[in-house]
Amino acid sequence: MSTNRVVDPATQTIPPEQAYPVGSPDHDHLAPPLPVGFEEQADELISHYPVSKRSATLPLLHLWQETFGYISDDGIEWIGHKLGLQPINILELVTFYPMFRQHPAGKIQIRVCRTLSCAMAGSYDLCNHFRQKCGTTENEVHGLEISPDGKYSVEFVECIASCGTAPVIMINDDFHENVTIKRADELLEKYR
Amino acid sequence: MENPFNHDSPPADAPLLNVQVDGVWMQFPRGLNAVEVARRAQKFIPHYCYHPKLSISGNCRMCLIELGMPKVDHDRKPILGADGKAEISWMPKPQIGCATLIAEGMGIRTTSPVVEECRKGVMEFLLINHPLDCPICDQAGECKLQEYSVQYGNEGSRFTDDKVKKPKRVDIGERIVLDDERCIMCSRCIRFSKEMVHDDVLGFIDRGSHTTLAVHPGKRLDNNYSLNTVDICPVGALTSKDFRFQMRVWFLKETKSICTGCATGCNTIVGSRENLVYRLTPRGNEAVNSEWMCDQGRLGFHYIHSPERLTEPMAVAAAPPGGGSVPEKSYVPWSELIPQLAAKLKALRPEQIAIIASGRLTNEEAFLLSEIRRTLGGEDVLCDIVPREGEADGILRSADLNPNTRGVELFGLSQGGKTLGQIRHGVDTGRIEALLVLHENLVEEAGWPLSSIQRVKLLVVQSLLQTATTELADFVLPGASFAEKRGSMINGAGRLQRLNKAIAVPGHAMDDWQILLQLKSALGGGNGLHTIEEVFKAMAEATPILAGLSLSKIGDLGLQLQFSSSTPITRPQPSPHATV
Repeated sequence: MSTNRVVDPATQTIPPEQAYPVGSPDHDHLAPPLPVGFEEQADELISHYPVSKRSATLPLLHLWQETFGYISDDGIEWIGHKLGLQPINILELVTFYPMFRQHPAGKIQIRVCRTLSCAMAGSYDLCNHFRQKCGTTENEVHGLEISPDGKYSVEFVECIASCGTAPVIMINDDFHENVTIKRADELLEKYR
Repeated sequence: MENPFNHDSPPADAPLLNVQVDGVWMQFPRGLNAVEVARRAQKFIPHYCYHPKLSISGNCRMCLIELGMPKVDHDRKPILGADGKAEISWMPKPQIGCATLIAEGMGIRTTSPVVEECRKGVMEFLLINHPLDCPICDQAGECKLQEYSVQYGNEGSRFTDDKVKKPKRVDIGERIVLDDERCIMCSRCIRFSKEMVHDDVLGFIDRGSHTTLAVHPGKRLDNNYSLNTVDICPVGALTSKDFRFQMRVWFLKETKSICTGCATGCNTIVGSRENLVYRLTPRGNEAVNSEWMCDQGRLGFHYIHSPERLTEPMAVAAAPPGGGSVPEKSYVPWSELIPQLAAKLKALRPEQIAIIASGRLTNEEAFLLSEIRRTLGGEDVLCDIVPREGEADGILRSADLNPNTRGVELFGLSQGGKTLGQIRHGVDTGRIEALLVLHENLVEEAGWPLSSIQRVKLLVVQSLLQTATTELADFVLPGASFAEKRGSMINGAGRLQRLNKAIAVPGHAMDDWQILLQLKSALGGGNGLHTIEEVFKAMAEATPILAGLSLSKIGDLGLQLQFSSSTPITRPQPSPHATV
């Protein structure tokens, strides 16, 4: 019988980074240079909320994501610092709203509606088709899938308000109705 | 201790309101919520997220009650019932008790079919994703989820799907491990960190059915009050690394005591089993520490079970005539050691003796030591303590790290460290031949060089642990730790508080007051003192500020002593509505 003390894996603790896979995995922890006018824009947004700066958190997150494409750890730190909040207060929001990303999305973002009318009109098949065509793999808890070359990202979204012309999708900021599989292939050609 | 919230203690001048609790009209001060009103009416409203000292978040829904306000007629006048009291119009839906401040004429029902049904429903929801790993959970036995399951829950669950998986065994801090699956998302820990310690590192991420308590990546829950989150966690989500898997809580004997880590003297419960102390937890006392204690104080007890612990009284045999090697110390029974020591001390003149007392002594020990000093020569016997300076943190920690500086001062044993230099000079010049050192380490803590200590002809050290000082001692008197003795101390704010004996002293070690009492008797004859109560009584008779007191009169929450205004008070007076 071995007398070596066996470390029971059940009592081994794990570090938080492993427990909560949030944040950008290959993040280099260098603050990106802020574009000219970014800080002024942020200050302008904050000025809309004279009673509590905290209310500017969501507008600032939108601003950051529009500017940089996703919300990095630096973004969370920067916004927290700007509003006199702790980074955890910002992270709580980022992880709550599905529209905020902690990873870059594809260059071409495909959003497929999955709410009732679209779901009944075949949006699940449609989404799978896009995923297969673009070769995306699951990446985030909120279901954003991204192709290995980073060109395409495919995700389900909730109702985008055109139930009469289901299934509907958005590619980047363009709206497309009655998207059949055939139409999908045409669209992919167009956005190549 | 100033709490940001005190939902359980409204201002003393708050007007009284008439409230009907389960059909009985009673009066309560304005500012109380329904949970506190029920508590004062000897009822109990179960709750998880509500804590009287934290902000109200109202998220657990366990404190649902039925609520009503007086019925009014067309002229907004209350409609009176047959008993002359206002009739109550009950709301159709239940309300949470914690966020309901009482109002004039309000009625609450803490037990009714609706309320009972609500509690069952909440319990069923809370247990849906709970791992039910009670057999290996540290919280088992003091878990609110377990207790309320028994009292208010269902016997089974209707849930048939897969439970949500969440991170387990997450190392979120130096002293804390988190199990997210056990968490019921009450947010007490988040609010504590933010409101009490201003260290806002905890939060809920992925809110929704996967709500997860987390520290921000790269941050840690490492503040000096982090272990309080383990206490207030109603379930076993936050566990103390120090206590994790050490002992089932129901085996622990709980002894009320005080923390001896600094001059604040936080009230504690010592959890021990079979002469081993497993943990210290804070005990509520609004005049001192409210419900909290610092991590340093809480974990600073392990030395009492150190392998370095002294357990045998030892003395050096008489040096062989004509010099030779330094003789070894050997075990000498107390019955022989005390008379030997007394004889050696009696042979010396007062100015040849000095005492290094300690701010860690209890009042009783300090009193007996002052009596010994009087027998040996009074003021001519130099005496002082080793001051310990720390940093006050504005929450609980005091800058004075000696727990009983004020008590020792009361018996004239302390000069605040000013006489230490004089004593050392006396030792160095050979004027002082005998040095009595009590619970102090001259080498490591007072910073004396070994060469000075070696000059002492008769070094008597009463100590817990083997140190460089005990190595050089001619007499080693093993004493008792804070968990092994009874006695009283006076904290920095002048509050007299009690230590209680949780475990037995190890080996042949002896309670310090008994050692000192025996030495006193051997030096000056017996005086009819046999128990700690008698020592306290003698001390109270000799000390005006303690007049009329006894150990039992101090009570579990201590007594505020009225020092004259010239006496420095190092801590602010407790708030006016604090319990005295």
